[in-house]
Amino acid sequence: MADDIQPRMRTRNLTAYYGTNAAVKAVTLQFAPNQVHALIGPSGCGKSTFLRSLNRMHEMSVGGWITGQVHLDNENVYTPEVSVIQLRRRVGMVFQKPTPFPTKSIYDNVAAGLMLDGKRPRAELDEIVERSLRRAALWDEVKDRLKTSAIALSGGQQQRLCLARTIAPEPEVILLDEPTASLDPQGTQRIEELVFELKRDFTIIIVTHNMQQAARTSDTTTFFYLGAMIEHGPTSQIFTTPQNEQTEAYITGRFG
Amino acid sequence: MNRRTIRRARSNIMVGLMIGAVIVAVLPLLFILGSLILRGASSLSVAFFTRMPVPAGETGGGVLHAIVGTLLIVGVAALMGVPIGMGAGLHAAEYPGSKLSWTARFVADVMNGTPSIVVGVFAYTLVVAPQKHYSAFAGSLALAVLMVPMIMRSTEELIKLVPNSLREAALALGYARWRTSLTIVLRTALPGIVTGSLLAIARVAGETAPLLLTALGNQYFSVDLNGPMETLPHVVYKYATGPYEEWHQFAWAAALVLIMVVLVLSIAARIATRQRFGGARG
Repeated sequence: MADDIQPRMRTRNLTAYYGTNAAVKAVTLQFAPNQVHALIGPSGCGKSTFLRSLNRMHEMSVGGWITGQVHLDNENVYTPEVSVIQLRRRVGMVFQKPTPFPTKSIYDNVAAGLMLDGKRPRAELDEIVERSLRRAALWDEVKDRLKTSAIALSGGQQQRLCLARTIAPEPEVILLDEPTASLDPQGTQRIEELVFELKRDFTIIIVTHNMQQAARTSDTTTFFYLGAMIEHGPTSQIFTTPQNEQTEAYITGRFG
Repeated sequence: MNRRTIRRARSNIMVGLMIGAVIVAVLPLLFILGSLILRGASSLSVAFFTRMPVPAGETGGGVLHAIVGTLLIVGVAALMGVPIGMGAGLHAAEYPGSKLSWTARFVADVMNGTPSIVVGVFAYTLVVAPQKHYSAFAGSLALAVLMVPMIMRSTEELIKLVPNSLREAALALGYARWRTSLTIVLRTALPGIVTGSLLAIARVAGETAPLLLTALGNQYFSVDLNGPMETLPHVVYKYATGPYEEWHQFAWAAALVLIMVVLVLSIAARIATRQRFGGARG
């Protein structure tokens, strides 16, 4: 990773707690723009909590709080001047389970995040919805039934719908929290292809349990264990010549 | 007897006991409905819904004033009780740890067990006594007070069923907390909440005791909320305890109409639920 590139996001000594229990311990990391960054590690290693700290979703959990800093474009997002709502519009998120809004149509799901800045002309909205669905590789499958319930879609389609909903307001960073964990291999493959496509426009941070997925899709990989950041580096290096014994043990499947 | 026979016999006995319990539970209801239809239906006619009562000794006449009165009083009660109950339930479910929610939940549980006549006395003291006259509005107030805890608790339970992942999805999209609660969480649970509210409305529509102390009754047609008004439960009470045989007939018919009103509300509630699951299937 070239050091002269200004990172899109970085953390400094980020420690995230549930009550008094630290789930993430003093993690300092940088995420270069327009790359895919994978976070790997066994269950309970703190990678999801770390991810949720980046868009301040962690503080919505019971007893969730942090120390340290998270910077987005050199601005600390944990200061009173930063609006959480504005932050989350710049740092979008897709979850493990598809979460389409069940009472909204496919169209209204994609437009849900756009409605927040007030009314937009219908034509503009139509255009953004179509563009977002195309970028999420869902347009051809749903263009004839945009007004129907989003719940009728398959799991894989629902997840791509959530991706379209997340990219519609044009965030800078997209956080993916095990986005393929509930999908079949075909659905997984489509999401992975999309991730590769989308990094042209966005910075992507993906939490995954699937090491092949990390190896296939990401530019950098970070290994977490017991809340600590163990190793961080270019994906090719992490998977071929890891510097740390624990990393090597994990990626070769000896624990985790 | 081998073991298998014993086991089967034991199973049959238990199933038999359960079927018996169901019969004991349902039979009185069927008897009530049956005798209402047997004795009330013969007096039902178009006139019963469109005309006023006739003097004692004459046959015919109707309970238009009581039907309109019940619909008005229950309608005004719902206008007051449903939003308050829904709002309190939403708050209790969305901020479950807060002291206010805990208190509201406790008060609602106590209120659910309060005899309705006590609520009638409350409305009497609050509205009727200071005004020095009975009023339909006081009746609505009493029914609303009875309705709120039921609606609050059912709203709370239904909101709690909305998966947290949906709430998080909206927040992650940049929705403010209040907007998430109202446009995503409440909206998702709404069909069930409507059902719960309709059942609560149906439940209070048959209340008699609080109305005796508030709306009282009125032998004339009235739509004045600030004065006494006739209601169906009161017609049943008045005519059933009266001295004339025609009055008793009248009371049976009025009771049948009241049951029908409650039945229509309950069926509406069921349809609302069914549409919800139909919608979910797409």
